[in-house]
Amino acid sequence: MNCREFLERLEDYIDPQTATELRAELDTHAFGCSHCQVTFNTTRKTVEIYRNNELYELPQNLREKIQEAVMKKCSKMREANKDCSGSTSE
Amino acid sequence: METLVAPNADDLHPDVALVERVRSGDLSAFEQLMKQYDRQIFRIAQHITQSREDAEDVVQDTFLKAYTKLDQFQGNSKFYTWLVRIAVNESLMRLRKRRNHPTVSMDEDIQTEEGSVPRDFADWAPNPEQLYRQTELAEILRNNVEKLSPGFRAVFALRDVDGLSTEETAEALGLSIPAVKSRLLRARLQLRERLSRYFRLPSGEQA
Repeated sequence: MNCREFLERLEDYIDPQTATELRAELDTHAFGCSHCQVTFNTTRKTVEIYRNNELYELPQNLREKIQEAVMKKCSKMREANKDCSGSTSE
Repeated sequence: METLVAPNADDLHPDVALVERVRSGDLSAFEQLMKQYDRQIFRIAQHITQSREDAEDVVQDTFLKAYTKLDQFQGNSKFYTWLVRIAVNESLMRLRKRRNHPTVSMDEDIQTEEGSVPRDFADWAPNPEQLYRQTELAEILRNNVEKLSPGFRAVFALRDVDGLSTEETAEALGLSIPAVKSRLLRARLQLRERLSRYFRLPSGEQA
Protein backbone atom coordinates (compact mmCIF):
# COMPACT_ATOMS: atom_id res chain seq x y z
CA MET A 1 0.00 0.00 0.00
CA ASN A 2 1.34 3.44 -0.88
CA CYS A 3 0.57 6.83 0.75
CA ARG A 4 -2.12 7.68 -1.77
CA GLU A 5 -3.94 4.43 -1.17
CA PHE A 6 -3.56 4.90 2.56
CA LEU A 7 -5.10 8.36 2.35
CA GLU A 8 -7.98 7.02 0.29
CA ARG A 9 -8.69 4.53 3.05
CA LEU A 10 -8.17 7.00 5.91
CA GLU A 11 -11.90 7.03 6.60
CA ASP A 12 -11.84 3.28 7.07
CA TYR A 13 -8.86 3.54 9.36
CA ILE A 14 -10.66 6.03 11.58
CA ASP A 15 -13.82 3.90 11.58
CA PRO A 16 -13.51 1.41 14.46
CA GLN A 17 -15.70 -1.08 12.60
CA THR A 18 -13.27 -1.61 9.75
CA ALA A 19 -12.52 -5.26 9.02
CA THR A 20 -9.35 -6.56 10.63
CA GLU A 21 -7.66 -7.54 7.36
CA LEU A 22 -7.86 -4.04 5.95
CA ARG A 23 -6.85 -2.62 9.31
CA ALA A 24 -3.75 -4.79 9.34
CA GLU A 25 -2.80 -3.54 5.89
CA LEU A 26 -3.28 0.06 6.97
CA ASP A 27 -1.34 -0.58 10.16
CA THR A 28 1.58 -1.95 8.17
CA HIS A 29 1.73 1.15 6.00
CA ALA A 30 1.33 3.59 8.91
CA PHE A 31 4.01 1.80 10.88
CA GLY A 32 6.60 2.48 8.22
CA CYS A 33 5.46 5.97 7.16
CA SER A 34 5.68 8.82 9.62
CA HIS A 35 3.79 11.28 7.40
CA CYS A 36 0.79 8.99 7.13
CA GLN A 37 0.97 8.25 10.83
CA VAL A 38 0.84 11.97 11.64
CA THR A 39 -1.96 12.54 9.14
CA PHE A 40 -3.96 9.73 10.69
CA ASN A 41 -3.37 10.77 14.31
CA THR A 42 -4.10 14.43 13.74
CA THR A 43 -7.17 13.72 11.61
CA ARG A 44 -8.55 11.45 14.29
CA LYS A 45 -7.84 14.16 16.84
CA THR A 46 -9.57 16.73 14.63
CA VAL A 47 -12.71 14.59 14.62
CA GLU A 48 -12.52 14.19 18.38
CA ILE A 49 -12.07 17.91 19.04
CA TYR A 50 -14.88 18.77 16.66
CA ARG A 51 -17.18 16.20 18.19
CA ASN A 52 -16.51 17.37 21.73
CA ASN A 53 -17.11 20.99 20.91
CA GLU A 54 -20.69 21.51 21.94
CA LEU A 55 -22.31 24.57 20.50
CA TYR A 56 -25.21 26.12 22.35
CA GLU A 57 -27.96 23.91 23.61
CA LEU A 58 -31.41 25.12 22.77
CA PRO A 59 -32.60 26.65 26.07
CA GLN A 60 -35.71 25.00 27.48
CA ASN A 61 -37.87 28.15 27.47
CA LEU A 62 -37.02 28.90 23.86
CA ARG A 63 -37.60 25.27 22.96
CA GLU A 64 -41.08 25.42 24.41
CA LYS A 65 -41.77 28.68 22.62
CA ILE A 66 -40.79 27.21 19.27
CA GLN A 67 -42.80 24.05 19.91
CA GLU A 68 -45.82 26.11 20.82
CA ALA A 69 -45.52 28.32 17.74
CA VAL A 70 -45.20 25.33 15.44
CA MET A 71 -48.11 23.46 17.01
CA LYS A 72 -50.29 26.53 16.76
CA LYS A 73 -49.60 26.87 13.04
CA CYS A 74 -50.07 23.14 12.46
CA SER A 75 -53.39 23.29 14.25
CA LYS A 76 -54.51 26.19 12.06
CA MET A 77 -53.48 24.28 8.95
CA ARG A 78 -55.38 21.23 10.10
CA GLU A 79 -58.52 23.28 10.65
CA ALA A 80 -58.15 24.95 7.26
CA ASN A 81 -57.78 21.55 5.59
CA LYS A 82 -60.87 20.25 7.32
CA ASP A 83 -62.83 23.27 6.16
CA CYS A 84 -61.91 23.02 2.53
CA SER A 85 -61.65 19.28 2.02
CA GLY A 86 -64.67 18.10 3.97
CA SER A 87 -64.69 14.33 3.68
CA THR A 88 -61.99 13.58 1.14
CA SER A 89 -59.78 10.80 2.38
CA GLU A 90 -60.73 7.15 2.84
CA MET B 1 -49.48 5.77 -6.56
CA GLU B 2 -48.30 2.42 -5.42
CA THR B 3 -48.73 1.60 -1.78
CA LEU B 4 -45.75 0.31 0.10
CA VAL B 5 -45.57 -3.30 1.07
CA ALA B 6 -45.95 -3.29 4.81
CA PRO B 7 -42.84 -4.66 6.51
CA ASN B 8 -43.17 -6.96 9.50
CA ALA B 9 -44.75 -5.20 12.42
CA ASP B 10 -41.59 -5.94 14.40
CA ASP B 11 -39.48 -3.99 11.92
CA LEU B 12 -41.55 -0.85 12.15
CA HIS B 13 -39.85 2.08 13.80
CA PRO B 14 -42.04 3.57 16.55
CA ASP B 15 -41.99 6.88 14.62
CA VAL B 16 -43.98 5.27 11.83
CA ALA B 17 -46.92 4.74 14.19
CA LEU B 18 -46.65 8.37 15.31
CA VAL B 19 -46.63 9.55 11.70
CA GLU B 20 -49.72 7.47 11.02
CA ARG B 21 -51.45 9.10 13.95
CA VAL B 22 -50.55 12.56 12.67
CA ARG B 23 -51.94 11.63 9.28
CA SER B 24 -55.20 10.66 10.84
CA GLY B 25 -55.40 14.07 12.46
CA ASP B 26 -53.79 13.52 15.87
CA LEU B 27 -51.64 16.58 16.43
CA SER B 28 -50.35 15.40 19.78
CA ALA B 29 -48.40 12.72 17.92
CA PHE B 30 -46.67 15.43 15.93
CA GLU B 31 -45.84 17.28 19.11
CA GLN B 32 -44.28 14.10 20.40
CA LEU B 33 -42.11 13.81 17.28
CA MET B 34 -41.06 17.40 17.62
CA LYS B 35 -40.12 17.04 21.27
CA GLN B 36 -38.15 13.97 20.35
CA TYR B 37 -36.03 15.59 17.66
CA ASP B 38 -35.98 19.38 18.02
CA ARG B 39 -32.70 19.43 19.94
CA GLN B 40 -30.86 17.39 17.31
CA ILE B 41 -32.30 19.46 14.49
CA PHE B 42 -31.16 22.61 16.28
CA ARG B 43 -27.66 21.21 16.69
CA ILE B 44 -27.35 20.22 13.03
CA ALA B 45 -28.72 23.56 11.85
CA GLN B 46 -26.33 25.39 14.11
CA HIS B 47 -23.36 23.52 12.70
CA ILE B 48 -24.36 24.27 9.14
CA THR B 49 -25.47 27.89 9.55
CA GLN B 50 -22.96 28.69 12.31
CA SER B 51 -25.61 30.92 13.77
CA ARG B 52 -27.81 30.38 16.75
CA GLU B 53 -30.58 32.66 15.49
CA ASP B 54 -30.69 31.00 12.09
CA ALA B 55 -30.74 27.59 13.75
CA GLU B 56 -33.77 28.58 15.83
CA ASP B 57 -35.61 29.61 12.67
CA VAL B 58 -34.53 26.41 10.95
CA VAL B 59 -36.06 24.31 13.74
CA GLN B 60 -39.37 26.08 13.31
CA ASP B 61 -39.35 25.94 9.51
CA THR B 62 -38.24 22.30 9.44
CA PHE B 63 -41.12 21.08 11.58
CA LEU B 64 -43.66 23.19 9.76
CA LYS B 65 -42.45 21.89 6.44
CA ALA B 66 -42.44 18.33 7.77
CA TYR B 67 -46.04 18.75 8.82
CA THR B 68 -47.20 20.13 5.52
CA LYS B 69 -45.25 17.55 3.51
CA LEU B 70 -45.96 14.56 5.66
CA ASP B 71 -47.78 12.90 2.78
CA GLN B 72 -44.47 12.72 0.97
CA PHE B 73 -42.86 10.71 3.73
CA GLN B 74 -42.92 7.21 2.33
CA GLY B 75 -41.80 5.21 5.27
CA ASN B 76 -38.94 3.61 3.34
CA SER B 77 -36.49 5.78 5.24
CA LYS B 78 -36.46 6.63 8.91
CA PHE B 79 -38.60 9.60 9.82
CA TYR B 80 -35.60 11.22 11.49
CA THR B 81 -33.45 10.94 8.34
CA TRP B 82 -36.26 12.47 6.32
CA LEU B 83 -36.51 15.29 8.86
CA VAL B 84 -32.77 15.90 8.74
CA ARG B 85 -32.96 16.20 4.97
CA ILE B 86 -35.51 18.99 5.34
CA ALA B 87 -33.38 20.65 8.02
CA VAL B 88 -30.25 20.60 5.85
CA ASN B 89 -32.14 22.21 2.98
CA GLU B 90 -33.66 24.83 5.27
CA SER B 91 -30.20 25.58 6.70
CA LEU B 92 -28.69 26.05 3.26
CA MET B 93 -31.61 28.28 2.35
CA ARG B 94 -30.95 30.44 5.41
CA LEU B 95 -27.33 30.82 4.39
CA ARG B 96 -28.43 31.84 0.93
CA LYS B 97 -30.76 34.47 2.36
CA ARG B 98 -28.17 35.75 4.79
CA ARG B 99 -25.52 36.13 2.16
CA ASN B 100 -28.00 37.21 -0.45
CA HIS B 101 -26.10 34.80 -2.56
CA PRO B 102 -27.97 32.29 -4.68
CA THR B 103 -25.22 29.70 -4.99
CA VAL B 104 -25.03 28.27 -1.47
CA SER B 105 -25.66 24.59 -2.00
CA MET B 106 -24.29 21.22 -1.10
CA ASP B 107 -21.83 21.62 -3.93
CA GLU B 108 -20.52 25.06 -3.14
CA ASP B 109 -16.74 25.15 -3.12
CA ILE B 110 -16.64 21.41 -3.35
CA GLN B 111 -14.30 21.57 -6.33
CA THR B 112 -11.59 23.38 -4.45
CA GLU B 113 -8.59 21.23 -3.84
CA GLU B 114 -7.34 23.24 -0.90
CA GLY B 115 -6.61 20.96 1.99
CA SER B 116 -7.62 17.83 0.14
CA VAL B 117 -4.08 16.60 0.24
CA PRO B 118 -2.26 16.85 3.54
CA ARG B 119 0.67 19.22 3.49
CA ASP B 120 1.37 19.76 7.15
CA PHE B 121 3.11 16.77 8.65
CA ALA B 122 4.11 18.28 11.97
CA ASP B 123 2.83 16.22 14.84
CA TRP B 124 0.53 17.84 17.37
CA ALA B 125 1.00 18.34 21.07
CA PRO B 126 -0.16 15.24 22.97
CA ASN B 127 -3.27 17.00 24.32
CA PRO B 128 -3.78 19.87 21.92
CA GLU B 129 -7.05 20.98 23.48
CA GLN B 130 -5.20 21.74 26.70
CA LEU B 131 -3.08 24.37 24.99
CA TYR B 132 -6.04 26.73 25.00
CA ARG B 133 -8.74 27.74 27.41
CA GLN B 134 -12.16 26.31 26.62
CA THR B 135 -13.45 29.61 25.22
CA GLU B 136 -10.36 30.10 23.06
CA LEU B 137 -10.63 26.58 21.72
CA ALA B 138 -14.30 27.10 20.87
CA GLU B 139 -13.38 30.32 19.06
CA ILE B 140 -10.58 28.66 17.08
CA LEU B 141 -12.93 25.90 16.02
CA ARG B 142 -15.73 28.26 15.10
CA ASN B 143 -13.46 30.43 12.96
CA ASN B 144 -12.03 27.49 11.12
CA VAL B 145 -15.21 25.51 10.70
CA GLU B 146 -16.84 28.64 9.29
CA LYS B 147 -14.27 28.62 6.50
CA LEU B 148 -15.36 25.18 5.36
CA SER B 149 -18.03 25.14 2.67
CA PRO B 150 -21.61 24.58 3.89
CA GLY B 151 -21.64 21.22 2.13
CA PHE B 152 -18.64 20.07 4.11
CA ARG B 153 -20.10 21.40 7.35
CA ALA B 154 -23.27 19.45 6.67
CA VAL B 155 -21.39 16.17 6.21
CA PHE B 156 -19.38 16.88 9.33
CA ALA B 157 -22.44 17.72 11.40
CA LEU B 158 -24.34 14.61 10.39
CA ARG B 159 -21.52 12.08 10.63
CA ASP B 160 -19.29 13.42 13.37
CA VAL B 161 -21.69 15.29 15.60
CA ASP B 162 -25.03 13.62 15.09
CA GLY B 163 -23.50 10.21 14.52
CA LEU B 164 -25.61 9.25 11.50
CA SER B 165 -24.24 6.33 9.50
CA THR B 166 -22.71 6.92 6.08
CA GLU B 167 -25.88 5.48 4.52
CA GLU B 168 -28.18 7.74 6.53
CA THR B 169 -26.00 10.76 5.81
CA ALA B 170 -26.13 9.96 2.09
CA GLU B 171 -29.88 9.73 2.24
CA ALA B 172 -30.27 12.93 4.24
CA LEU B 173 -28.02 14.89 1.91
CA GLY B 174 -29.22 13.33 -1.32
CA LEU B 175 -25.70 12.14 -2.13
CA SER B 176 -24.23 8.79 -3.04
CA ILE B 177 -22.30 6.85 -0.40
CA PRO B 178 -18.93 7.37 -2.15
CA ALA B 179 -19.68 11.10 -2.37
CA VAL B 180 -20.35 11.25 1.38
CA LYS B 181 -17.16 9.35 2.12
CA SER B 182 -15.05 11.55 -0.09
CA ARG B 183 -16.56 14.77 1.27
CA LEU B 184 -16.13 13.65 4.82
CA LEU B 185 -12.49 12.83 4.20
CA ARG B 186 -11.87 16.16 2.52
CA ALA B 187 -13.75 18.07 5.20
CA ARG B 188 -11.74 16.37 7.93
CA LEU B 189 -8.45 16.91 6.12
CA GLN B 190 -9.18 20.57 5.48
CA LEU B 191 -10.03 21.17 9.10
CA ARG B 192 -7.02 19.17 10.22
CA GLU B 193 -4.77 21.32 8.08
CA ARG B 194 -6.24 24.50 9.54
CA LEU B 195 -6.07 23.31 13.12
CA SER B 196 -2.51 22.14 12.66
CA ARG B 197 -1.39 25.77 12.83
CA TYR B 198 -2.63 25.99 16.39
CA PHE B 199 -1.86 22.55 17.70
CA ARG B 200 1.43 21.58 16.11
CA LEU B 201 4.49 20.94 18.18
CA PRO B 202 7.20 23.55 17.73
CA SER B 203 9.51 22.14 15.04
CA GLY B 204 12.12 19.77 16.38
CA GLU B 205 10.02 18.58 19.32
CA GLN B 206 8.71 15.06 19.39
CA ALA B 207 5.32 14.16 20.81
